[in-house]
Amino acid sequence: MFYLVGLGLFDIKDISLKGLECLKDVDFVYAEFFTSRLFGSNFESIEKLIGKKIKVLSRSEVEEEAEFLEKSKSKDVALITGGDPLIATTHSDFIVECSKRNISYEVIHGSSILSSGPAISGLQGYKFGKVTTIPFPADNYRPKSPYLAIEENLKMNLHTLVLLDIQADKERYMTVNEGLKYLIDIKNDLDYEGLITENTLAIGIARVGSSNVLVKASTISNLISKDFGSPLHSIIIPSKLHIVEAEYLVEIAGAPEEILKDV
Amino acid sequence: MSRRSKMIEKIKELMYQPDSIRNIGICAHIDHGKTTLSDNLLAGAGMISEELAGDQRFLDFDEQEQARGITIDAANVSMVHKFKDDEFLINLIDTPGHVDFGGDVTRAMRAVDGAVVVVCAVEGIMPQTETVLRQALKENVKPVLFINKVDRLINELKLEPEELQNRFLKIIAEANKLIKNMAPEDKKDEWKADVADGSVAFGSAYHNWAINVPIMQETGINFKDIIDLCNAEKQKELAQKVPLSDVLLSMVVEHLPSPKVSQEYRVPNIWDGDINSPAGETMINTSPDGPLAVMVTNVSVDKHAGEIATGRVYGGQIEKGTEVYLVGSHSKSRVQQVGVYFGPERVNTDSVPAGNIVYVAGAKGAIAGETISSPEDKIKEFEGLEHISEPVVTVAVEAKNTKDLPKLIEVLRQVAKEDPTIKIDINEETGEHLVSGMGELHLEVISYRINDKGVEIQTSEPIVVYRETVAGKAGPVEGKSPNKHNRFYIEVEPIEPELFEALQNGEIKEGRVKGKESAQKFMDKGMNKEEARRVWDVYNRSVFLNMTRGIQYLDEVKELLLEGFESALDEGPLANEIVFGLKFKLVDAKLHEDAIHRGPAQVLPSIRKAIFGSIMMAQPTLLEPIQKVFINVPQDYMGSSTREVQNRRGQIVNMEQDNDMVTIESKVPVAEMFGFAGDIRSAAEGRCLWSTEMAGFERLPNELQKQIIREIRQRKGLSDEPYGPDHYLG
Repeated sequence: MFYLVGLGLFDIKDISLKGLECLKDVDFVYAEFFTSRLFGSNFESIEKLIGKKIKVLSRSEVEEEAEFLEKSKSKDVALITGGDPLIATTHSDFIVECSKRNISYEVIHGSSILSSGPAISGLQGYKFGKVTTIPFPADNYRPKSPYLAIEENLKMNLHTLVLLDIQADKERYMTVNEGLKYLIDIKNDLDYEGLITENTLAIGIARVGSSNVLVKASTISNLISKDFGSPLHSIIIPSKLHIVEAEYLVEIAGAPEEILKDV
Repeated sequence: MSRRSKMIEKIKELMYQPDSIRNIGICAHIDHGKTTLSDNLLAGAGMISEELAGDQRFLDFDEQEQARGITIDAANVSMVHKFKDDEFLINLIDTPGHVDFGGDVTRAMRAVDGAVVVVCAVEGIMPQTETVLRQALKENVKPVLFINKVDRLINELKLEPEELQNRFLKIIAEANKLIKNMAPEDKKDEWKADVADGSVAFGSAYHNWAINVPIMQETGINFKDIIDLCNAEKQKELAQKVPLSDVLLSMVVEHLPSPKVSQEYRVPNIWDGDINSPAGETMINTSPDGPLAVMVTNVSVDKHAGEIATGRVYGGQIEKGTEVYLVGSHSKSRVQQVGVYFGPERVNTDSVPAGNIVYVAGAKGAIAGETISSPEDKIKEFEGLEHISEPVVTVAVEAKNTKDLPKLIEVLRQVAKEDPTIKIDINEETGEHLVSGMGELHLEVISYRINDKGVEIQTSEPIVVYRETVAGKAGPVEGKSPNKHNRFYIEVEPIEPELFEALQNGEIKEGRVKGKESAQKFMDKGMNKEEARRVWDVYNRSVFLNMTRGIQYLDEVKELLLEGFESALDEGPLANEIVFGLKFKLVDAKLHEDAIHRGPAQVLPSIRKAIFGSIMMAQPTLLEPIQKVFINVPQDYMGSSTREVQNRRGQIVNMEQDNDMVTIESKVPVAEMFGFAGDIRSAAEGRCLWSTEMAGFERLPNELQKQIIREIRQRKGLSDEPYGPDHYLG
């Protein structure tokens, strides 16, 4: 049996009871932390909680070798990921493989940034468009598509949740500042007037799921140098606000009061 | 004032008069007598004693060169020649003729405006003559002809005046055929070598005389007189009446262009910038006043002065103590010394103006091909230097003493900088570095140079460099990314033969394609219109085409696809050798919606897999490098010499008989050529001349394919057998 278990957002207490029981019962536990990570708890504390060792896999061990699937034929195996296992990550492939190889499987969900991020910013989930992720820029890879996705959403009056790159093997976690700078750099390279500029309202979110969560709304030019503290970070670019959304942002996220005039 | 300092004064004066400058190269097939000629020109100009010239091989600076009796590096000298009533500054570069050192010739041609092509009267136009002539003409360098060793026609072959003339006419006709084919369109007639106008001379460099038809008419010396004097061993008399340096240097002054004339048509050919810009106009007019433009053609390392860059000043002037900008490496550097050559010595000057060959000390990090400008007036780079030949033999080099490990790396980098035709592959983990060159001799010389720089090394047996390609077609095959969310569909087939040829000889340049202007070039070489417009990249004599339409986000992964394509071609699936001669078509692609899930970690492996998988499905084949081998032997040794070729899997292509000498033209795999020098010498009891020329890559015979692939893989520490397509496409 193969269990795909989501650990939730921040620390071991985010693991669901169902997930915890499962991890205590199975024979082997594997982990992949290149798509997400629990920041509030270290590894050993999870091992202590579930009473067994966890084997951490690299990206290629997860994506190319998948030895844990082979093992699931005769043993109970769990693969744990941060957040929800089937949302921001691309693990639906394992479910397809299990079906092909006649391995029974179960998915145990966890809370995900995809719902918590918009929620904590006080925006209405109904009004979100395409989600996009900003990658760490490289010489051979600096896509414009995250910027374009936000623009498309704005044109349809939809908010955008912008996820930020994680390179866990290099201990690099993109900050709100780096993400906003990326967007402005793309804007400066466009051959037309982009919709997202230094004056655009943005929301920076850090450490969702922790007691130390930070949500701050202001113009990009104000947020681009603000220190959001330790990871993980995300950004939301809101479109036209509903009055309740604007009131929340002013009261909770410190947004300038002028935004109330535009609603 | 001594004669030497007077000469230097003169050079410094003439340097500023572009009309009075001739920059020339001397080039020829090996052993046709270039270096002897250059020495005698120097002697004639009063730079070395006449007795020493010829024996001294003054221009062979390197100990190695003197020991082997061949020129390895291109060497530079400047001298002053008086023609009619005017004085001229002649900057001369002597270039090597051995096929292993062809890169030097290419580089030298960028520095000069005219070339004296030396042809041995006995052997005639030889393959390397053709190659150097082609290299000259490709760079828009005008040739004149010197037919050398005429005394041997008379003394050894006993030719009559008429036969002598016929022999000359035959050589001239052959040379003109090449010139007509390869000269720039509007110069085809003007550049033809013509006996009547004196752009052809003949004589004996060794005996220090030369003559041409106008001088024959002037002096009344006819062919019969020449034959008589040679027979009577009175060539000294000829050397007095028609001294080599006088006749040849006058021919150079009269028939080869000054920088002022030549830069006008050469600059548009070697510089892609705007001709009407200040930099363009300065170069076209060979003006010392304007933006600085220097092209580096050679770099050597001097024990005292450090890196010395030699090059041609095309515009402005380069001054000592000033800051310059290296356009290719985007770095600034302070020039410590500048100057011109004077024999093997360098003479410092305050500045060197447009039209001259300059040496620069302190242009830190410059390599051959670099463009130097001033930091204030950065100019566009000169066109890269094309090397027609590519390395085919590799040796592994290790330091004998472990303490030399770090120094060896430094020395290897230095050697590669001095000679861009070698390729080095540094492996700091194993300490075993690979040096690839044009042939066994080339690598021997490189090893010697490394030793000479104070690092004792140990080299492996030379290893031949192979190529991978396909004999069939395959596809579309599907390459999946590790997360399975991105898929690329690839087809492969051999590239159009005409296009391959054009890439091989540099007619079409490799590199990523920008815009649609290149489409016509590809169409002219046999590619259909639809494909020609869709070439994204040309690499390793192969092309990558995007045949898809309207796939969202494909432009964002283009760079990654091409990077993956290029890296796949650098180490192929058969034996990690270079893949070449293929056409890859991307026919479809599926991409993940989010940028993070189609980044480098996903795209690079998937395109590599698609490429490897497609190759393995299209009858993958190993190719081996082939050399043409020309052997000139007395008829009696023909049998033993051809056997020597045939024993080495060689094919006899052609045989020509000339009196009792036979010229055997053959093709032999480079892998079988090791030790050939010694074997052919004993086969012909020392009575043979031979030379080689690269002849590209050919399919390795079927019965050897498996064995050689396994040998290479074992040597590289790979599994014995290559993986099948399933490994890549599963």
